[in-house]
Amino acid sequence: MAKFIIGRVLETIPVLLIIVTMTFFLVRLAPGGPFDAERNVTEETRRQLNEQYNLNAPLWRQYTDYLGHLIHGDLGPSFKNSSRTVNEVIGAGFPVSLELGLYALCVALTIGLAAGISAALRPNTVRDYAPMTFAMAGICIPNFVLGPLLVLVFALWLEWLPVSGWDRPSEKILPAITLGATYAAYIARLSRGGMLEILSQDFIRTARAKGLSEARVVLRHALRGGLQPVVSFLGPAAAGLLSGSFVVETIFQIPGLGRYFVQGAFNRDYTLIMGTVLFYATLILIFNMAVDVAQACLDPRQRRA
Amino acid sequence: MTEGGPNTLEAERGVSLWQDAWRRLRRNRPATAGLVLLVTLVVVAAATPWIAPYSYSAQDLEMGAVRPNLHHWFGTDQLGRDIFTRILYGGRISLLVGFCATGVSLLIGVLYGAISGYAGGRLDSLMMRGVDILYALPFTIFVIILMVFFGRNLVLLFMAIGAVEWLTMARIVRGQVQSLKHKEFIEAAYTLGLSRRRILLRHLIPNALGPIIVYTTLTIPQVMLLEAFLSFLGLGVQPPMSSWGLLIKEGVETMEEYPWLVIFPGIALSTTLFALNFLGDGLRDALDPRAAKD
Repeated sequence: MAKFIIGRVLETIPVLLIIVTMTFFLVRLAPGGPFDAERNVTEETRRQLNEQYNLNAPLWRQYTDYLGHLIHGDLGPSFKNSSRTVNEVIGAGFPVSLELGLYALCVALTIGLAAGISAALRPNTVRDYAPMTFAMAGICIPNFVLGPLLVLVFALWLEWLPVSGWDRPSEKILPAITLGATYAAYIARLSRGGMLEILSQDFIRTARAKGLSEARVVLRHALRGGLQPVVSFLGPAAAGLLSGSFVVETIFQIPGLGRYFVQGAFNRDYTLIMGTVLFYATLILIFNMAVDVAQACLDPRQRRA
Repeated sequence: MTEGGPNTLEAERGVSLWQDAWRRLRRNRPATAGLVLLVTLVVVAAATPWIAPYSYSAQDLEMGAVRPNLHHWFGTDQLGRDIFTRILYGGRISLLVGFCATGVSLLIGVLYGAISGYAGGRLDSLMMRGVDILYALPFTIFVIILMVFFGRNLVLLFMAIGAVEWLTMARIVRGQVQSLKHKEFIEAAYTLGLSRRRILLRHLIPNALGPIIVYTTLTIPQVMLLEAFLSFLGLGVQPPMSSWGLLIKEGVETMEEYPWLVIFPGIALSTTLFALNFLGDGLRDALDPRAAKD
């Protein structure tokens, strides 16, 4: 098991290097520089700015310099927010995004598992069709449509919840639901499928024949195998939650990392883009790895792969 | 299949795989409804310049932001542009991006997967390792960077989205080709002296068509969603052109005063996604009955 984990950790290093290299050259080779859009900047100031941020050096030199700083965990200064470093921007934005993501994941798991498992226990009845129709709706209504609709109904018409913000607990309900809904829908479908397959197997019949209670059959015997598809979905889901947060943070004006990333891209803030991309990529890789390990724990056959 | 049952009789009359699938698809109500809706949408999108009640850019400031009424079914925006017309034109772009980008992903994914599966051995494991690595990359983020830095034109949008969405297709086709390539008819083709290229293009890929069609139908809604997502962030289609994502973005900005500006484009996008997903599920049941339902 330890060997399996170490192998997976080592595999991520080349992937991260590819990501750094791709982003670095993609960003630098594109037309337009970070200070082009600024008005009232003389040729002299621009040269100084470029000098200050090491943009006059040859490209390969900038690249090796960046990698050198990166090894020490230094992501450089943000070009557009001159008073802050990228590390500070990420440090300020990420906890907010993480909190939002965790709430959304809770929403997705609670609703998704409850709907999916209960549907699988009564297949092809109303208790199956009703939640599955909702799940289809959850997949087909994107978060940038759902968010505004929720605001419209619950904040503007019914006036139960605030429109936007991120201070009071009541302000966090709508963003969490908006971000979590799609994943709840996928989890519902996946857990239904997985449970249906497991529940039709022989060892479940044996467990029932032994006279175990239905609750015990489901909880002790079926869940472990039936939730496999959900576990493997959590890796891509984490990536999706991150990019989904760009939209949700924009709609609800939440000061999270997603908004900084989109702003950074629009402003051509090279270091901020690089920093956020790297940070996201590392997170996603760690999450995929955790999912692989979790799967290996649940299903010993996968340890060999 | 029991002896003398209805299936055997039909087999004697020679029901092809496609006829059989078509029959199964028609029995699936949601899928049929999805297909009908989709065909209607494509026809309407193609005919939009002739049937749209107004011009998509015609402004009528006297009529700024009126509620839905008899003249403007879905109301107008602040500039007095008819929302129904703009949804029709936006649908053209959304559908165009959906189909073209899916086409790009289809081309890359099928060829990559088929070559990988047919070659086998070292090349296969190398190519699939590449796919694994690409799966781990945060692609949405790359598409965003690409769109910001290299201008926001439609062709680039197809390419960028298509380049992101081909991975799963490659995996599916590889699996199909791998299981097909040891079948007798392929060995026969090989013995007849057909070139590898011909075997791949004429025999292997056509026989993997079922899963390819199913997954293509399921890719289109994903692509449309990604386009709408990019347009919502202001990175996709640029005004005065419109797409559903862009209309939703514009609608959200003023939804307190004019909620119909966000509701109707939202319904248009969601309904289309519904239709495509139902059709995809139905096709999967019809063409590939063994595939596990998720």
